[in-house]
Amino acid sequence: MRLILPLLAILGASLVHAIELTFELPDNANQCFYEELQAGIDSVFEFQVVTGGQYDVDAVLEDPHGKVLYKQPRKQYDTFNFKTEQHGTYKVCFSNEFSTFSHKVIYMDWQYEGNVVSGGIKPSPKPIAMTALDSSAQTIADRLRLVDDYQTHHRLREATGRKRAEDLNERILWWSAGQTAVVVIIGIGQVLLLRSFFAEKRNPAY
Amino acid sequence: MNSLLRLVLALAAIEAVTGLYFHIAETERKCFIEEIPDETMVIGNYKVQLYDPNTKGYGDYPNIGMHVEVKDPEEKVVLSKLYTSEGRFTFTSHTPGEHLICLYSNSSSWFSGAQLRVHLDIQVGEHAQDYEQVAQKDKLNELQLRIRQLLDQVDQITKEQNYQRYREERFRQTSESTNSRVLYWSITQVAVLILTGAWQMKHLKGFFEAKKLV
Repeated sequence: MRLILPLLAILGASLVHAIELTFELPDNANQCFYEELQAGIDSVFEFQVVTGGQYDVDAVLEDPHGKVLYKQPRKQYDTFNFKTEQHGTYKVCFSNEFSTFSHKVIYMDWQYEGNVVSGGIKPSPKPIAMTALDSSAQTIADRLRLVDDYQTHHRLREATGRKRAEDLNERILWWSAGQTAVVVIIGIGQVLLLRSFFAEKRNPAY
Repeated sequence: MNSLLRLVLALAAIEAVTGLYFHIAETERKCFIEEIPDETMVIGNYKVQLYDPNTKGYGDYPNIGMHVEVKDPEEKVVLSKLYTSEGRFTFTSHTPGEHLICLYSNSSSWFSGAQLRVHLDIQVGEHAQDYEQVAQKDKLNELQLRIRQLLDQVDQITKEQNYQRYREERFRQTSESTNSRVLYWSITQVAVLILTGAWQMKHLKGFFEAKKLV
């Protein structure tokens, strides 16, 4: 549920950091991202395959001790909420090793709460008194952030469809031109072959 | 005065260069795609560290430089600069679409095979705004600052909606082009087939007549 982090921000608990990246994963490749997270914070990790092959990728999320928190082979998109238990470097890896020739474009979004300063200031959820106007403004800001999230999802889906359509458009051109050329070549070839059957032989059979 | 908002917004403005990181090889080029509407600002912060086999860790080497190259949707280079091992780059999009941000180091391969650790943070649109600075420059109180931030957010949403219309139009044009291509090429292929058949018959008739077989 994407409402978790914005709601916590309303309580004045902490700041929500988000990093979203779209990158290309070549075939037979593996790409890992690392993030240092404090203990006891909520984090949301989301990915979606935008273009490529069967639109699937292996994704793995590990905690600082290598324990696998999330592992799904060949998934098209997913969202994973988790609460960190230890402070340390969390690792997420995408693997396209099962694919021999299709490279994939993958969108990744990692949100987590916490202060920017690294090295151990734990966010303490002190509910600080805010006026009604302040908290309304905060709510509006969080709802707008949700709108932004939904727009991103919409854009990714539309990009997938659009790229497929552009690919199809180009393929029709080349295949049709190729087919026409093949028809003409076969037509001429048939005639030449037939002519060769009736060629004058030195020693006629009869 | 309630300084919570100031604190929150100040923290938002601090460069989060200790955030996400990944590894690349020395001569490898890593690219990220940002699909953004036009007139949108993008700010990237990065920090590069080099693997030191002696300490088996990653350390700061100020001599490493990073090329940052940004291409717009028409493959035209918008930004191409060499920065030091820690830097920040900014650009504003003038055409909507997919911009490509590429990072690669400028080191020659006498450290061949070394791994680089790149810390990266890319913020787009209203996330790239430094509200502390805006508050100081325009002398806004907290409520005014908060409203300014909401206005920026709504602006960005409007831009994205416009971009959505533009993308839908492109998709529709592609589909219509596919439709007319299928029609045109099918008719052409049938015509070519008929013409080839007619030419074959005419040619063979002439051939057999010449051979006095008919």
